[in-house]
Amino acid sequence: MTELTKLGVAAIRDGVASGAFTAVEVATAFNSNVAKAKALNAFIVETPEKAIEAAQAVDADRAAGKPLGKMAGVPIGMKDLFCTQGVQTTAASHILEGFVPTYESTVSAKLWKAGAGMLGKLNMDQFAMGSSNETSYFGNVISPWRRNDGSNAALAPGGSSGGSSSAIAARLCPAATGTDTGGSIRQPAAFVGISGIKPTYGRCSRWGVVAFASSLDQAGPMARDVRDCAIMLEAMAGFDPKDSTSLDLPVPTWEAGLNRDLKGKRIGIPKEYRLDGIDEDIAKMWDNGIAWLKDAGAEIVDISLPHTQYALPAYYIIAPAEASSNLARYDGVRFGLRDLPEGAGLQDMYAATRAAGFGEEVRRRIMIGTYVLSAGFYDAYYTQAQKVRALIARDFENAWASCDLILAPTAPSAAFGLGEKNADPLSMYLNDVFAVPASLAGLPAMSVPGGLSKDGLPLGLQIIGKALDEQAVLNAGLAIEQRSGFTAEAGEWW
Amino acid sequence: MSVDKDTVNKIARLSRIAISDAEADKMVGELNGILAWVEQLGEVDVTGVEPMTAVIANKLRLRDDVVTDGDVRDKVLANAPAKEGSFFGVPKVIE
Repeated sequence: MTELTKLGVAAIRDGVASGAFTAVEVATAFNSNVAKAKALNAFIVETPEKAIEAAQAVDADRAAGKPLGKMAGVPIGMKDLFCTQGVQTTAASHILEGFVPTYESTVSAKLWKAGAGMLGKLNMDQFAMGSSNETSYFGNVISPWRRNDGSNAALAPGGSSGGSSSAIAARLCPAATGTDTGGSIRQPAAFVGISGIKPTYGRCSRWGVVAFASSLDQAGPMARDVRDCAIMLEAMAGFDPKDSTSLDLPVPTWEAGLNRDLKGKRIGIPKEYRLDGIDEDIAKMWDNGIAWLKDAGAEIVDISLPHTQYALPAYYIIAPAEASSNLARYDGVRFGLRDLPEGAGLQDMYAATRAAGFGEEVRRRIMIGTYVLSAGFYDAYYTQAQKVRALIARDFENAWASCDLILAPTAPSAAFGLGEKNADPLSMYLNDVFAVPASLAGLPAMSVPGGLSKDGLPLGLQIIGKALDEQAVLNAGLAIEQRSGFTAEAGEWW
Repeated sequence: MSVDKDTVNKIARLSRIAISDAEADKMVGELNGILAWVEQLGEVDVTGVEPMTAVIANKLRLRDDVVTDGDVRDKVLANAPAKEGSFFGVPKVIE
């Protein structure tokens, strides 16, 4: 029998359906890999019994001749931002440690309904704030990758969905949920050589997902290849009356629509993304990506997105502003941590609870957000940022006159070492320079592996599409995947 | 614009986050670094540009004014750090 943990979503689904192996065999194999990989710290909570239970239900349905779901028999990892009924959900924070939701997020409920099972809750940057998975209260996630220089330095798996990326790259799960506010699916996918797509804002319900910046937060799948992402996105997406920004549109059949032929497609190459001093490996990978898409029949056109350089500063006003408002709910009264110093009143309890419960980066962003929204500064910072955001979205609108898709790098470098970018918050923020513009415009964007750096580390190519055109993004991803020949894997040391 | 220690303490108070003196000192430099960087947005000509309100055009939905959930008191209280009977417990607020 093939080694089951080497299989992706499509292969597992098809194998379970055909009877080549059972869902319980698959769940057992992945449970065993999860149990052996503590060194990566990818999971906050492991739920092997949940994975088995879901698999048993799928095997029973198959035996009874019942129709099977899109994800039937596929065990997955669930980012700890999704509320899961009866299973601790913390957003990797101390303030939510011990919080056991009495309800299930819409996205996770859809996945279970489609026949997926849960291997556990994945570690992440605290409240999804971070690009290296170093802000988790439950410790850093370690990437399974190492540089080829023999140094064995621990590398960042990217963030904020770093548990998801690390677990997939190490074959602890064939796929996982991620969320992307300013690159949190795409950058970690790029860092570990897997694929991930952030759909159009509103495709996946935000209900039951711990909120960071509500106008940007969007869930999406992370998996080993483009087809697997298409399958899982179909299971996750769809209208939800419980989310006021959910799009009331039918879910396309993205898997059936996959087509590697890009004839007639125009691919825009934004000149503003070619930064001065761009990393040599990144520039070379980008050129390769252009050649691959040309080979797939696409026409390459130069485009301009003139406000690109303002995307990150606008993001670092808008996202903290929304976070300061969203995170006001953590007050030590209704759920989560309470720190009540001897003799303290209500106000002191709030302040003590929030000081003890939020990590340093979360406190910093709440305070920035509070400042930019405060009386006298609101227009200068927040209103100005929302106007710049409108201009960034307009840049993309203008670009679509001459192209159908945009190709760019996902991140400005390969994975960096843990601790390398901690001293200065700004240097960490700059890692999302290529990812943030599509987030601000709500556009679908995907990262697929594009090659290896000189150090032997994965690099990601990013495809950005028009609103609601996930299909074109996936198709271009497939065209790249079939030409890049990316098969590199992290050598097992954990 | 830049912030001083008094401003940092005021922001912390508004944020309901207790900070020590040493933390406030450290935060002055960090916030000023970030604020100086975001200030480049001031260079952008935004004449006639409306601030973005919705990233993907979407109509606000209305629904019938009927009860669609509720009656879940015990679930709401299930994660309370302190509760008394069917209420959240808080420190005394009225003398």
